[in-house]
This record gives sequence, structure tokens and C-alpha cells, in this order.
Amino acid sequence: MNVKALFLALCLPMPALAQGFAGLGTEAEGFSVPQPEPQFNFPTDHGAHNDYRIEWWYLTANLEAADGTPYGLQWTLFRSALAPGAGDGWTAPQLWMGHAAVTTPDNHYVAERLARGGIGQAGVTADPFEAWIDDWALTGDWNTLHMTASAADFAYDMALTAQGPLIFHGEGGYSVKSAAGQASYYYSQPFFAIEGTLQLPEGDVAVTGNAWLDREWSSQPLAENQTGWDWFSLSFDDGNKMMGFRLQQTDGQNFTSATWMTPDGQTTPYTDGALVATPLATNDSDVPVRWRVELPAQGVDVTVAAINENAWMATSVPYWEGPVTVTGSHEGIGYLEMTGYE
Amino acid sequence: MLLTVQDIHKTYHTADGPFDVLRGIDLTLASGETLALTGESGSGKSTLLHLIGGLDTPDSGKILHEGRDMAALDDAGRAALRRGTVGVVFQQFNLIPSLRVSDNIAFQARLAGRHDPDWDAALAARMGLTPHLAKYPEQLSGGQQQRVAIARTLATKPRVVLADEPTGNLDEATASTVLDLMLELVAETGAGLLMVTHSEGLAARVSRRLHLRAGRVA
Amino acid sequence: MTTTTLHALLSHWWRNPLQLFTLLAGLALATALWSGVQAVNAEARASYDAAAATLGEGQYDRLVRRDGQPMTQETYVALRRAGWLVSPVVQGRLDGVRIIGVEPLTAPGGVGPVSLQEGTDLTSFLTGEGQLFANYEVAEQLAGLNIVVTPDVAPNTAVTDIGVAQRLLSKPDQIDSLIVLRGQPIGRPPLDAIAPKLTLQPAQGGSDIARLTDSFHLNLTAFGLLSFAVGIFIVNGAIGLAFEQRRPVVRTLRALGLPLRRLILLLGAELMLFALIAGVIGVALGYVIAALLLPDVAATLRGLYGADVSGTLQLRPSWWLSGMAIALGGTALAAGGALYQMSQMPLLAAAQPRALAMAAGRRAVLQGIAAAILLMLSGVLMFTATGMIGGFLLLGALLIGAALALPIILDRLLALASRLARSVTAQWFWADTRQQLPGLSLALMALLLAMAANVGVSTMVSSFRLTFTDFLDQRLASELYVRTESDAQTAALITFATPRTDIILPIQSADTEVAGQPTEVYGARDHATYRDNWVFLQQTRDPWGSTFSGQTVLINEQLSRRANLMVGDEITLQDTAFAIAGVYGDYGNPIGQAVIGEEVFATLYPDIAPQNFGLRMDPEAVPDFVDALEAATGIAATQTVNQAGIKAISLAIFERTFTVTTALNILTLAVAGFAILMSLLTLASMRVPQLAPAWAMGMTRQQLGRLELVRAIMLALLTAVVALPLGLALAWALLAVVNVAAFGWKLPMYLFPLDYARMGVFALLAAGLAALWPARRLARTPPADLLKVFSNER
Repeated sequence: MNVKALFLALCLPMPALAQGFAGLGTEAEGFSVPQPEPQFNFPTDHGAHNDYRIEWWYLTANLEAADGTPYGLQWTLFRSALAPGAGDGWTAPQLWMGHAAVTTPDNHYVAERLARGGIGQAGVTADPFEAWIDDWALTGDWNTLHMTASAADFAYDMALTAQGPLIFHGEGGYSVKSAAGQASYYYSQPFFAIEGTLQLPEGDVAVTGNAWLDREWSSQPLAENQTGWDWFSLSFDDGNKMMGFRLQQTDGQNFTSATWMTPDGQTTPYTDGALVATPLATNDSDVPVRWRVELPAQGVDVTVAAINENAWMATSVPYWEGPVTVTGSHEGIGYLEMTGYE
Repeated sequence: MLLTVQDIHKTYHTADGPFDVLRGIDLTLASGETLALTGESGSGKSTLLHLIGGLDTPDSGKILHEGRDMAALDDAGRAALRRGTVGVVFQQFNLIPSLRVSDNIAFQARLAGRHDPDWDAALAARMGLTPHLAKYPEQLSGGQQQRVAIARTLATKPRVVLADEPTGNLDEATASTVLDLMLELVAETGAGLLMVTHSEGLAARVSRRLHLRAGRVA
Repeated sequence: MTTTTLHALLSHWWRNPLQLFTLLAGLALATALWSGVQAVNAEARASYDAAAATLGEGQYDRLVRRDGQPMTQETYVALRRAGWLVSPVVQGRLDGVRIIGVEPLTAPGGVGPVSLQEGTDLTSFLTGEGQLFANYEVAEQLAGLNIVVTPDVAPNTAVTDIGVAQRLLSKPDQIDSLIVLRGQPIGRPPLDAIAPKLTLQPAQGGSDIARLTDSFHLNLTAFGLLSFAVGIFIVNGAIGLAFEQRRPVVRTLRALGLPLRRLILLLGAELMLFALIAGVIGVALGYVIAALLLPDVAATLRGLYGADVSGTLQLRPSWWLSGMAIALGGTALAAGGALYQMSQMPLLAAAQPRALAMAAGRRAVLQGIAAAILLMLSGVLMFTATGMIGGFLLLGALLIGAALALPIILDRLLALASRLARSVTAQWFWADTRQQLPGLSLALMALLLAMAANVGVSTMVSSFRLTFTDFLDQRLASELYVRTESDAQTAALITFATPRTDIILPIQSADTEVAGQPTEVYGARDHATYRDNWVFLQQTRDPWGSTFSGQTVLINEQLSRRANLMVGDEITLQDTAFAIAGVYGDYGNPIGQAVIGEEVFATLYPDIAPQNFGLRMDPEAVPDFVDALEAATGIAATQTVNQAGIKAISLAIFERTFTVTTALNILTLAVAGFAILMSLLTLASMRVPQLAPAWAMGMTRQQLGRLELVRAIMLALLTAVVALPLGLALAWALLAVVNVAAFGWKLPMYLFPLDYARMGVFALLAAGLAALWPARRLARTPPADLLKVFSNER
């Protein structure tokens, strides 16, 4: 039914939506807009901010089986508002979209769920914290979390334990996205230890690893001339972590931003230009799956390479999301997300 | 020399086998000279004219227009020759039925890029066509149509005028007037005239005559 | 040089506007034929999709409450949160219109017979006042609501968001049923653990007509291509004539020194310009024709619903593209050959009329050889073709072969007639007709293809319609279907229904394997419903008699084909052997089926108690009966399916098929008629010298004019005689070869002699009309023109 296509046309303000980022540049009529120097209030801010147009709870994890096979895992809940406010019943203006994926070196399993807000099928509450769509759920108190997802060909059930503090990107959680000043609220918990079981067509696999949970919300996060992005979350073997993104612009220029995180949670934000990301090689679909990533201020000059080049999210609005290895000045693992390549 | 023809051969392949139309023809034409080609039906007069006019190509032999060998010309080159250097007056008038008389007269000169309206007007007046310029060919008599065809050819001021029975469809009196005009105009422009005719009377009025018999000069 | 030459080339048309008109009209008509057929096709598809969607609601399993009452919205959310991929539906009637509320984000594709168009306001659809999708009749009925008019929704139905439907129907937080999606997640808990009050209604296998409609679409596409072929013929004819008419001018231009290359470029450019103009006219014309022929579309044109309705029949970019493509491509194809020929021709030969070249005979011989090869190839393919490609190859060989053979066949027939002719006039008439044949043959080929297409389309569409209605009668024979939840309900139903209905037909089946094929075995109660409605592809004398008495079995076509079983073969069920007494068509069912008598079924499968029943009764009485049944026995309305209603809806939609046939017939004949007119007009000038001697020897001009008319009709008649078998062969190839390749079953072919006769009359009429004007002109030729033939002036 074509309603889905329409829904997606409307959901363009969601992240990871490869096309029509113009939607992100439009006026945020009636919606709240992120302001500098934010004051976060937890656990309330773990919940939904219905007065902002878009928001997500975005978890990626690098996993390893007992035999050393690397796996990637994704659990994402997007919220997109047709109008500000929570609302009730079928007329509630909140729409929800869930994406779940498991990436193996040879396969990439993807599932998608769509739901209306207001009837209890999907939503996020802050206290107790619960984010869900259908039977997919992320629950707990952010020190420990329980996460599930299921689809016709795969499922997982994972337990997460925080090993460090929350990280606030940009200026204390106010993350600038363009020279014109578009911004979002953006914080992460990148220090989760994760373990659990993946149910795959090839059998059940017990896995352990690290997970990274991003929280971001805004109403107009991109400038009109920005068409997509490349986002890196890298965990180095020395315990440091780095988040970096590069926004592609129609004028051929890029806008970059990065956050450096020490193992004890000390952060250093970097503004436009400090981070340089250069595509080195593409897969069969012209998506760059090898990158050179440089952050000279921290002596970083690494090659980021996909573990499975075909980690294409064949969801209603497709994008690339998958685990990567890091080599060069620093060794490690991480996750790469690329939009705007369809 | 305006025109030199050396040892031209041409054979047609018909259902009854090959037929040698021309079997070694030589001729020359100087500036201001008028030459009549006579001969029986099938003696090769028209074929020779077509070869000289670049409408067809010989099997062997040379045709030189002011020293330039036609064999070196491709289709476009022969077309340029027809536009600019030679002018052909056909037995059938070959006018463009959808164009007015004035446009028909100007047509070839326009193609050749040397259209001169004053010269057109003068030609039309000399040919007695001035009252008919706005008419279409089908509204004219045969003699008038042939005069239009001659005017069209002369409008381009060709170096060589080739005429294939130019008065063949006209009565004797008209034929005589038309030929007079043609000779007069050729003389004025310093061109050469090569005219195919079977009329002894017409042939007698040009400077030289050549009789063809079975593909050779008799 | 270019300007001068273009002026000369174009001046031809201003001086000969009739020739310009025939060229442009020929091109425009060919384009109109193509785009009109496309439009009609699209409309037909939409109708079928709507019919399929109405029936297609049964193609998914559903969850309903055992007691037939609506469930709460909480039940839906609980199931979703447990991992059940279900989508809610609420239904009801508002002012007599069936309102269906669906949840677009969770509904599977194809449910809710609607495809929302671009420009739909999703915010309004989901959260605002709500939008309803319906056809224009319903929109009129429900004036006051926000209706988006679309032809895709079944009649008397409106589809909207579930929230809106709940409000309109005053059913807050209520859900009637849940569609169970395919591809449920792993680890899903059982239904009883979440919603014990619900029960699963399996999908209704018998009403899946998707495959049937797919087949129809394929056949329509094939005929779209056929119309394309007819169009190409016309374009070819028009362009060929345009070149023919200007051969002398072309020679003059070249003699005066216009280079060949530039001449060809200019001629090509000129033709492309004409093709462009004619293409635009043609697409618009096709649109108008389609619009006038289609009642729904005509209603749109009346502007009943303004911009909303433009989605019904709009000049879609694809039409423009394909319409312009046939105009430009067809012209290029036709002109390409003529221009190539011109480029190869010596200057002095360029003025030779084509008629001479044809008379040379070599071409006719080549054409005859090509026709013979193609027809032999199609003959071989008829017996050997199995795949899709083979099927289309067969069609192509048959069509082109027949078209090429036509002039030769006609020539032979005319030669024969001329030999048999007694009177001098008759002899002259036949000989003169033969002489004319080369000039008319292109137009006659187009007429042949047009008529063959008409015969083929009529046969295919009507056969399809008969098959479809038979199939519906067979499968949805009972007026009401009831599903019981318990033995108590079954007993209550039988007690209540027996005195109030004609008969109760239990529907009981068991899953088994026959000859290695998964098969459903049905036990049927002895009743005329079966005898009257089931159509057999192969049968013994009394298949139902022996089956009801327990001796034989009936199987469907799928099982017959896959297991290679025929009537007379035996199959084994529960260690009991049954002879096959009949094979029946079973369109849209993917697996095998077998039917045995009720008593023997009870013996073989004693554990299976019927829970589905077909009730035969007066269709009018169904709604009241359903209400009374619920009051008396507690069997809820949601446990019943009013198949009579669904059948009536789908048959009503089906009637629009005939519009398709009519539209195609009129279009193709009009174009073919025009081709004849065009050819006759062009030949007219050549005719004068041919007719002058006959006139001089004492035939009046009126006589000659009449003979011209008779000649055209006679040639059309001969063409029709060839077209009939060709059209039937075409239909057969589509139904029996292409369809089998594409879908695995054969559509039975029926013959409709009356239709063919009517089409033949139409064709003769078209030919007569086309010849009328040329004949009149001929009859009024001034004697002076005829005399000129004998004077020296020519």
C-alpha cells in the first residue's frame, strides 16, 4: 500500500533517510528548536520530547562470538512528529519507526516496524525507562538495559551494563550541524558492555562486546543544502573513543564535527574542519566502504573498513549501517553509518 | 579550355545483357563556343550530357571542367559542380511544381549562393516571363515552362550550359525564339553551350556540331 | 541552401494540402490508436484490480472474536506487543456505503482496495478530519465528507483510516478483525496466550483471482502490441506515399545540385517535424477517444469533481512518451527504409514510380518467400511452442507472415475470378482490380491486422469473461457462507437454516498427498449446485453421479497437469482407489484439489467435522437471514460471508470489459478505413489513364465510380475472409500457448460467430465509407481530363 511511501515521504526528517534531506531544512513551524547551553534533566530527558519534530534512540554494537567471529548489531527507534504534542488515540501526531539489524561477515539481516503513537503500540517513557515498538523493547535504568528485537529470519535478546558516564557532544550536548547554525541536542552512552544471544538462520550464537547508545532530538537539524551524512563511532584498543560526522553539502563542501572521549569520560569537542574523512574505496553500489579518517589534534590517521560491505539497510528509506575495523595510527573497531547514497 | 572529354565509355546492364552506350568519346568546348550533339535515338547523346553534367559517372575516361578532373569528385563534389559550374536544361522542364515561377527561376542560384535579383528580373523580362512570375508552372504553356527552365539555368551564370532537347516539346516557331534567346544569353555571359538535339534546323545555328552514332563520334 | 531547399520541400505540402492531411492524419491516427489502446488498457486494468481487491480481502488469514463481537483496541496492541504482525480493520455501513477502516502503517500491500495517490495529505489522512477514498458515485452519496475520488476502490465502498472509520461508524476503540501478515517473526507466542477470545480464520483460497487477472493483463498487453503493429503499418503507408509523391521533385533537386546527404537530412528533419506534430495530435486524440468510450472517464470529463478526479484518466507522461515514441519511431522506421533506398539510388533512376518496381515481380517473389517461411514457422511453432518467447514468436510469425501473404493470396483469387468471369465488364473489372492491388496492398494489410486484432480481442476477452463468471459460479455458488465455532453452533445452524434455505452444503476438506502432490480433498454433498455450475475440461458422461455415489473422484487442472493424471486414471486416498471422472479448471489455486462424495469422505476421514457451510437461498433474503441467524443462534454476522454480494460487485465491474472490446474495434477499424481512403486518394491520379480507355469504349463515369466502390468492398470482404482464421489463431496462441507458459493453465477458448459477423459488417462498412469519396470524385471526372489521356499533351 502506497501509504507507506507517503509515510516515508513525511518521515524524511528522520535521520538516516537517504533522500530528500530538504525536509530537514524546512522551517520547524510550531516545534521547539534546540538552544545553546542546554540543561539536561535525567531520567526525564531519556524519554520522548514530543515538541521536537524528530528524535531517536539509536544503539549499535560490535560483538564477537566465542570463535572470534565479529558481528554487528543495530536497534533503533525513530520518532517523527506530524505536529507538536503527544496526543491520544489514532489522531496522535507521533509516528514511530523501528529498525533492527544483525551484520555477520557474510550476511546482513534487516527488519523494520512502523507504528502510530497514541494507542500504545510504540513509544518511549522516561521513568521507568522503556522504549518500544511492537515486541521490540529497550528497558532499564541506563546502568543496565535489556534489549530485544525479532523478525522472520532473526532475533536477539541482549543485556547491557554501563561502564562509564554519559557523553555530551558539541557544546555540552548542543551539537551544531551547519555553518548556518542548525543544531540538535545530542548525547551518548558509548561505554556499554553487552552480552546475549543472536538467533540467526545459521543457528543461535552467544556473543559479547561493546554497545554505543546515541540520543538525539531536534526540529530542523540540517541546513537546506545538506544532502546526507557519514557518521563514525570508533572505539580504539587504548580505551579512547571518537565520534565524528561529515555532512555532505550540495556545493561539494563538507561540514565536520567530532568528539574525543577518554576512558574515564573526559571529552574534547572539535568544530568544523578539525576532522577530515576521505572515501578510499566503494562497494558495488558505489557506497564508500573504506575511509581515511584523520583528527590531527589527537594524532589520529586511521583506515576505517567495513566488516561486511553489503550492510545495506533495505528499509523503506534505505541507508548503509554496519560494523567496521580500524587500523593505522590507532587500532580498534566501530560503526559506520552513511546516508544520501541511494 | 572550358570542358575536355577524353575517351569516355559507359555500359548499361539491361535485362537483355550489357549495352555499350558510349564507346570512346572525345570532345572539347571553349568559352563562348556553342556545340550541337546530334544522332539517332539511342546513340548516347543524352547519356553523354548526363555524364558531363555530373548526373551520372562514366565507366572509364576523363571529364575535365576547366582542367578539374570530375573523377576526383565525390557525390557532394558533383552536386557542387551541378549547382555552380554547369547548368542543365532538361527535355522535360523539371520545374518544381509547388514553387511560383519567380522562385523556380531563383532556385538554383539560391542553392549556389549567388542569387542576383536584378539579373533574375532581367532574364525574366528577356524571356517574356515578367507577367507570369507569380504563377505556378502548371498554369503556363509548354513553351513558357521551358523558358522558365532556361532562365533558372542562366540565373546561376554557369560556365557550361548543357541542354537536352531544350525545345523538343515546343512548336517550331517557339523553339526558334527560345533558342535565339539561349544563344544570346550564353554569348553575353561568356559560357559554353552543349546542346543535344535531333533537329537539323537547330543544329545548323550553333558554331559546331558533333554527330554520334552507336556510341562513337561519327 | 537549407532555407531554399526547405522552402521548396515544404511548398509541396501547401500546394497539396490533401497529401499533407493524409500524411499527418495517418501518423496521428496510428498514434491515437496506440495511445487510445493504452488508455483503455489502463482503465481495464484498474477495473480488474478493483474487482480483485474486493475479492482479495480474503487472501490473508484473519483473527476475529469467537463470539463474532468486535474486539477492543487493547487486544490489537497486546498482540502487536507480543510480536504478532497483525493489522486492524473496522467495517460498517454509513448511508448504505460500506466503510472500511484500515491502518496504513501496518496493513499489508493489496489490502484495502486503494492505492493512495501522490498529493494525498497524510497529516489529514491520519490525524485530521480524515480522508476517504471512493469512486465518484460513492463520493456523491457521501457528500459532506472529505472524499478523494479514485477508480481503484470497489463500488459502494469507501476506504479510510481506522481512526476515522471508528468515529464515522461510532465504534470507538473497536476492531472487527485483524489481518494476519505473512512473514511473522520467530519466537512468537501462541494466540491463546495473548488473546484467548480470538480465533484464526484461514484465508479463502478459492477467491484468489490474482492469477486470473494477471493473465488478462498479459493478453491486453499483447493486443496493445498488436495495435502498435497496425499503427506501424499505417505510418509506413503514409510515409511511403509521401516519398512516392515527391520522387520527381527529389530528382529535380538533386539535378540542380543539392547534395544527397543534405537532401536526406532535410527530408528526415521535415518528417520528424511532421511526426512530432502528428504525435501530439494523436496522443490527444487517443485520449479523447478513450475518454469518450469509457463511461467513468466521460464522467470525469464532465468535471464533476474537479482536480480530484484527474487521476482517473490523465495524460500521463508515459502515454506522451510512448505515443510520441510510436509517432517518431514509426516514422523513423518507415522513413529510414525509404531514405536508405534513396541514398542508394542513382540520381536519374529516382523518379521511377514504385508501381513499376513492384511490377518487376522480384519483390513480389521475395515477399512470397518470406511469407511462406514465416507461415511455415508459425505452423511448426503451433505444435511445438511452449515458453513465453515461443508464444510471442508464434504470434509475430503468424501476423507478419499473414500480412505479407495477403497481397499474393488476393492476387491469386483475383486471377481466378478473372478467368471465371463471363462478361467483358467483369473480366475488365477483375483485371483492373489486380492491377490496383500493389497500390492498395499496404492498406489492406493494415485492414487485415485490424480485423484479426478485433477477432482476437473479442475472442480473448469474451472467453476470459465466460471463464471468469463460470469460475465465480462454481466457487461462490452458495449465496451465504457460514463458519461455525463449535459442534453446538453447527447443530444450531442446521436446525435454524434447514427450513429457511434451499439446501445446506457442508464444506469439508482434508490435506493429503496425491501422486506426490500436496492436495486438498473435499467431500461434496449431492446437489444440483455442483452439477449446474462446475465446468470440466475433461469428463466422463456423468462425473457427479459416480462421484456422489462414492465410486469416482474429480481433480483440478493443476493436479492433472503436475501429476500427469487424466480421466480414467486412478488415484488412491486413504488406501482406497478412485477412478478420475473429471478434471475441472481451478484458476488461481496453487495446489492440487480432489473432490469425492460426502458419504465416502465421512468414511475415509471420520475425524473431520465440517465447520464451513454454503447456504443456497434467495440472494435478496441473505441480509435478513444473517440478522435472524445471529438472534436465534448467536452465530455472528462476522462468521458469515455474503458471497452473492461480492459476486455481484465483481461481475458489475466486469461488464466494463465490453467497453474495452468496443473501443478497440472502433479504433482499429477507423484507422484501417482511413488507410484505404488514403491509398485510394493517392491512386486516384494514376487511375485516370487506366479508366479512360474503359470510358472511351462506352462505360459511363457513374458505372466506373460504382465499380470503384464495389471493388473496395469486395477487397475488404476477401481480406475479412483471411482475417477471421488469423484472428482465431491469434486468440488461440494467446490463450493456449502464452497463457500456459506464463501461468501454467490454459484459458478455454470460446467462439462468438455473431460477434465476428458484426465485425465483418463493420469492416465492409469502413471500406465502403473510405471508398465513397474517391469513387464520387471519379464519377465526376470531367470528360476533358479523360480525353487528355489520348491527346499528345500528356
